[in-house]
Amino acid sequence: MTALTFMGKRGMTAFTFVSRRGYLPVLVTLGLLVAVFVVGSILYYPDFGTGQVVVNLFIDNGFLLVTAVGMTFVILSGGIDLSVGAVVALGAMLCAWLTGMGWPAWLAIVTAIAAGALLGFIQGYVIHEFEIQPFIATLAGMFLARGLCFVISIEQIPIKDPFFDWVQTPIAVPGDMFIKPTVILVLVIVAIAYWMLHYTRFGRNVYAVGGSAQSALLMGLPLGRTRILTYVVSGVCSAIAGVLFGVYTLSGSGLHAVGMELDAIAAVVIGGTLLTGGYGYVLGTLLGVMLLGTIKTLLNFQGTLSSWWTRIAIGVLLFVFIVLQRALGTRRRSAGV
Amino acid sequence: MIKHRLFWPVVALVALLLGNRIVTPGFFSVEVKSGHLYGSLIDILLFGAPLILIALGMVTVIATGGIDLSVGATVAISGALACYIISDQANQGSVGGVLFAVALALVLSLALGLWNGMLVAWLGIQPIIATLILMVAGRGVAQLITSGKIITVNSPPYKLIGGGYWLGLPFAIIVVVVVAAITAVLVRRTALGLLIEAVGGNAEASRLVGIRSRSLIIMAYMFCALCSGIAGLMISSNIAAADGNNAGLWMELDAILAVVIGGTSLIGGRFSLAGTIIGALIIQTISTTIYTAGVPSYRVLVFKAVVVALVCLIQSPAFRAKVFRRRHKRPPPQPKAEVPASDSGDLEVSA
Repeated sequence: MTALTFMGKRGMTAFTFVSRRGYLPVLVTLGLLVAVFVVGSILYYPDFGTGQVVVNLFIDNGFLLVTAVGMTFVILSGGIDLSVGAVVALGAMLCAWLTGMGWPAWLAIVTAIAAGALLGFIQGYVIHEFEIQPFIATLAGMFLARGLCFVISIEQIPIKDPFFDWVQTPIAVPGDMFIKPTVILVLVIVAIAYWMLHYTRFGRNVYAVGGSAQSALLMGLPLGRTRILTYVVSGVCSAIAGVLFGVYTLSGSGLHAVGMELDAIAAVVIGGTLLTGGYGYVLGTLLGVMLLGTIKTLLNFQGTLSSWWTRIAIGVLLFVFIVLQRALGTRRRSAGV
Repeated sequence: MIKHRLFWPVVALVALLLGNRIVTPGFFSVEVKSGHLYGSLIDILLFGAPLILIALGMVTVIATGGIDLSVGATVAISGALACYIISDQANQGSVGGVLFAVALALVLSLALGLWNGMLVAWLGIQPIIATLILMVAGRGVAQLITSGKIITVNSPPYKLIGGGYWLGLPFAIIVVVVVAAITAVLVRRTALGLLIEAVGGNAEASRLVGIRSRSLIIMAYMFCALCSGIAGLMISSNIAAADGNNAGLWMELDAILAVVIGGTSLIGGRFSLAGTIIGALIIQTISTTIYTAGVPSYRVLVFKAVVVALVCLIQSPAFRAKVFRRRHKRPPPQPKAEVPASDSGDLEVSA
């Protein structure tokens, strides 16, 4: 027991040391982010390279960031969650529908988050207990969540509750910039996720399960609880992202956030997390989302390049990072297939 | 007979069809109108043709232990390229021009499959990740080809592929039958199927016994992309337009479902072509049921989710063991000494 506590206290330093080479993908992402930003600043001086553009990244991509943070948990544990985009839509839809029926805003938001948690729990339970592939189980979850949106309403529902306006009132900050309360919320969520992954027992279990479920089980770690919890975390994050999406668009619709699961997975991979699990950082995900957001902003500034170039750029980035990870992986385990 | 792996898929399909027969009395009737066959069953085959094709490609990839997420994107790209070339021609109705467009679209599809296969077989990237790249970028490429617009074509020869009739039968069904027959002969009458299953079972071991597992894997991805390319031609030909954004949307998910419902495990190894076709027919029957039975179309996704969940749960050995355990009287427990020690590794450690 004393040995365990000792390991626990030393865990962080040992962890940092062992995975120093694992920082490389994250550093590459950071370098690319800086490079894209510098290029943008030179090309579109003086509008691009301002602090406000950085803040706007958080305002415009806040929901994607929160979704990707939840996805990071699932991917780290060796799973995948395809339902996140649909849960985002469901979260926004529930907020719009319930506040439209006269519910107070806080109750609608809590209900939306509870729905996300419940759906995540069901998916996790089915995946763990009945050994259904995560891919298939969360695919069914995706159909279900999107279907429920359309059962609530086929039309887009506007959100008229004043609370949703209030949370995006610009607040002036020093340096001639403004932020919004949603930005603070997003940053708090990233901080909580960082703390959970790196400073709690649950976080260490997530890495262990993702590294090798069999070994984690033999070590006596709660495999089922950890796995199910990662899907609950992802469901909750997606639902919160849904609320943010509702705030951002002031509406709920079954067609919101179509394909967002791909963006979230891409952001996690570009952030240096291994899709096989057990390896990666939530801060990498933050950088990944920022990089995607910066590219989108750059294309907006450019104006003539069309939106589909974003998708192609994301694909190219995915390719680069996957090959990079593969190159690092082969060096780590010299026996490749 | 219950043990046969096609038993449950066939039961599901027959139950769905009978359910339809009860709700819609004329469901099984097939008429001949102006020399063509018409009827709900023909509709299921016709609209299910692209899905059956893609599922056939998908099952070979899954048999090698992989998965191809990019089929929907390939569908969009192939349709976009064919329509772009045809719309550019002076005479859209010329057979030669259409053949040229079709050939080019299929060559491009093969190239996309080669790209996927090389990422998987040479670079050793996990299939789900390798094909994710094309899934994300592919729709961008399709829109690049169409410049973000929906290209419409007015070409009778092209219309034949997805919406025409030949010998009274929809041409698309004939294409599917031909592709399925060729695949079945190649896979079951030669050693190819065995080799693919060997690679799916253990790529490294099969390489060591002398199977060229890398070429086989690349071939599987190319075949899958070719099937998706043909399906893309059918879809764009049927609506006489290419829509880079929506053509083949969620097709990869339907195709994977068809494979899983057909009883092929996603782990790779043993695969069933017949099961996959039945799986694709089940999915198409569900869609047709929803429309003919008048279930509001916005409930389609919920309905699909429930069916998918049920089918997957029933197929899961763990689920069957946990839920149906009490129904059967199990043989008396063996004496403890006879239980192999290695079993303890599978025991659940509860928190």
